[in-house]
Amino acid sequence: MEKQGLELEITELRLGLPGGGDNKINEKKRVFSDISADEANATNDDRKIHTKSQVVGWPPVCSYRKKNSFNEKDRLETSKMYVKVSMDGAPFLRKIDLGMHKGYSDLAMALERLFGCFGISEALKDADGSEFSPIYEDKDGDWMLAGDVPWEMFIESCKRLRIMKGSEAKGFGLQPSGALKGISKNDK
Amino acid sequence: MNYFPDEVIEHVFGFITSHKERNAVSLVCKSWYKIERMSRQRVFIGNCYAISPEGVIARFPELKSLTLKGKPHFADFNLVPHDWGGILYPWIEAFAKSRVGLEELRLKRMVVSDESLELLSKSFVNFKALVLVSCEGFSTDGLAAVAANCRFLRELDLQENEVEDHRGHWISRFPESCTSLVSLNLACLKGEINLSALERLVARSPNLKSLRLSRAVPLDALQKILMRAPQLVDLGTGSFVHDPASDAYNKLKATILKCKSIKSLSGFLEVAPRCLSAIHPICHNLTSLNLSYAPGIHGNDLIKLIQHCRKLERLWILDCIGDKGLGIVASTCKELQELRVFPSDPYGVGNAAVTEEGLVAISAGCPKLHSLLYFCQQMTNAALITVAKNCSNFTRFRLCILDPIRPDPVTMQPLDEGFGAIVQSCKRLRRLSLSGLLTDRVFLYIGMYAEQLEMLSIAFAGDSDKGMLYVLNGCKKLRKLEIRDSPFGDTALLMDVGKYETMRSLWMSSCEVTLGGCKTLAKNRPMLNVEIINEDDQIDFSSDDRQKVGKMYLYRTLVGPRKDAPEFVWTL
Repeated sequence: MEKQGLELEITELRLGLPGGGDNKINEKKRVFSDISADEANATNDDRKIHTKSQVVGWPPVCSYRKKNSFNEKDRLETSKMYVKVSMDGAPFLRKIDLGMHKGYSDLAMALERLFGCFGISEALKDADGSEFSPIYEDKDGDWMLAGDVPWEMFIESCKRLRIMKGSEAKGFGLQPSGALKGISKNDK
Repeated sequence: MNYFPDEVIEHVFGFITSHKERNAVSLVCKSWYKIERMSRQRVFIGNCYAISPEGVIARFPELKSLTLKGKPHFADFNLVPHDWGGILYPWIEAFAKSRVGLEELRLKRMVVSDESLELLSKSFVNFKALVLVSCEGFSTDGLAAVAANCRFLRELDLQENEVEDHRGHWISRFPESCTSLVSLNLACLKGEINLSALERLVARSPNLKSLRLSRAVPLDALQKILMRAPQLVDLGTGSFVHDPASDAYNKLKATILKCKSIKSLSGFLEVAPRCLSAIHPICHNLTSLNLSYAPGIHGNDLIKLIQHCRKLERLWILDCIGDKGLGIVASTCKELQELRVFPSDPYGVGNAAVTEEGLVAISAGCPKLHSLLYFCQQMTNAALITVAKNCSNFTRFRLCILDPIRPDPVTMQPLDEGFGAIVQSCKRLRRLSLSGLLTDRVFLYIGMYAEQLEMLSIAFAGDSDKGMLYVLNGCKKLRKLEIRDSPFGDTALLMDVGKYETMRSLWMSSCEVTLGGCKTLAKNRPMLNVEIINEDDQIDFSSDDRQKVGKMYLYRTLVGPRKDAPEFVWTL
């Protein structure tokens, strides 16, 4: 994706007062994104995915509550959950650690980076809104459309991922429940 | 009033109970000051470093109830280093030496050692109530001392403390003769509890009205305890997990039906949603429901529960309720006064979150709402303006957008107009927390309209010193101001140094104030302590006054620089 000079700059969204485009404002305060970028870079290089969560004390949830409400999430974060990911048309499969991601959007961004494409986030939000259909094989061996169930439930049950492309995906006639006709463990 | 004998005036003062009013009364004349101080039983100290314990004892020798607060509010969010201060022991030591008959102690954000608890338990014969909120430094050994020695203990209320658990059976230390308990809150304890000792304690406490259990109390133990205490008004469950087909569960269902007085419910620290139907029968009486530590209750289970709770006045939940769920709250809970929506996934971008839609629905459906804490994905000016129109009764309005500099996603504008509408409409607003993209303009509005504002929290907001100046000049009743990561510097800090003596405290971190500015402020101001928190030796005090100060905390005080400041805290 290359920027083509002026055109894209005008449509680019910025944070700041309208009509300005000044950088003066941003220079005066340490913008949140600067801080979180600093802290993200300072820590683990493996976590290339930029998360705004690294700023100390934000969001302002008291530390007792943080330690006691989110136990499940912390537990899941520390376990490694590597699954194979295949993308139609790509010569090699990849592996991705589901435990490293915070949610579907995060996962979508990571997949887009892995395969050098975009449109996966749209697919997760709206099954018809993209040429991609991200599907996954669950514990029972069924192929499911990704995005229906809460994230924690998804990463517990996902065994492998596949990103189907184009007409092949549409041709299967997706059912509302998300289970795909025509693909089951018997077909593999 | 001078022609009344002192006893009559004292009797009249007995009807004046609020701290503010008693403080006002004491300022009228010397005679009233003297009568008031000799009859004052309840003392509130918002900053434990503003006065010495000896000073308190000298002025209020008849005091029975003391409330003390230690660390600044931002300590809750890990912005204050661990051993900053707020130590209880010197207070207990001083009180123990005096003749004060302390009966109640309420502490917030203080460091409480086992030694101080032990000294407390042995020094005050009539000690009745201990309430610890967000404290640390003690273990179950300290609690054992309180249990064993405070013969007339009525209240032991532990809220959100970090308690080290030494597996002694501290509950068993309550003697058989202890039958006076009214309130017992153990929710924050992490370790094992001697369940039969707890059950016996409850059985011999006929006045027990409030009981909040820890995670270590399973469902079958809950049933046995409830059998002994059907008179409970406030219940916090521990672990609420069982096979719904089991005997234990069915017994619980029957027992709960006998608890007709329960008005307040919390806990569910571990929960199997299929077990929730057991509590539906008591929901219609509930005025207070706290499910903010129960991520296991969500979706339809949560909705079903709330639909039974038509009398709710206070609701604390997680944002997995979603905007739709808040819509159900709005149509069900017409008596709602206080709402807190906490993030269930603060770093995630997943499905669990609320937006401006939920808040608008609540404001439309709940006309009595006056206290709000709302963590959300996004907010719009239009929504805030609507909320301001629907609910002009807010006394506390705390909004936290998870991305703190997010503009209005529809118009891409800062949220100045939205918050401006809130302060203009809510004339009784006392506490405000801001977030989202904000310019100096929002502070102009706050200075103009927020006449009753006492506490303001600012993060990543404003463009220049003007912002802070609008607030300092406009908010005459401001007591606590806390600011992080905003471009306010020495000009704003130094414009009106007298202002800070009318306030309890000011916190500024990651702003533009310099060492020189702080030094100037501290000069010739014996009534202020200006403390710099110098972590990791960021500041070199011998050199450049132009260095920016990472964290500054200043507060008014009668007793000068504190003597217990750790080496990384410099009082200028």
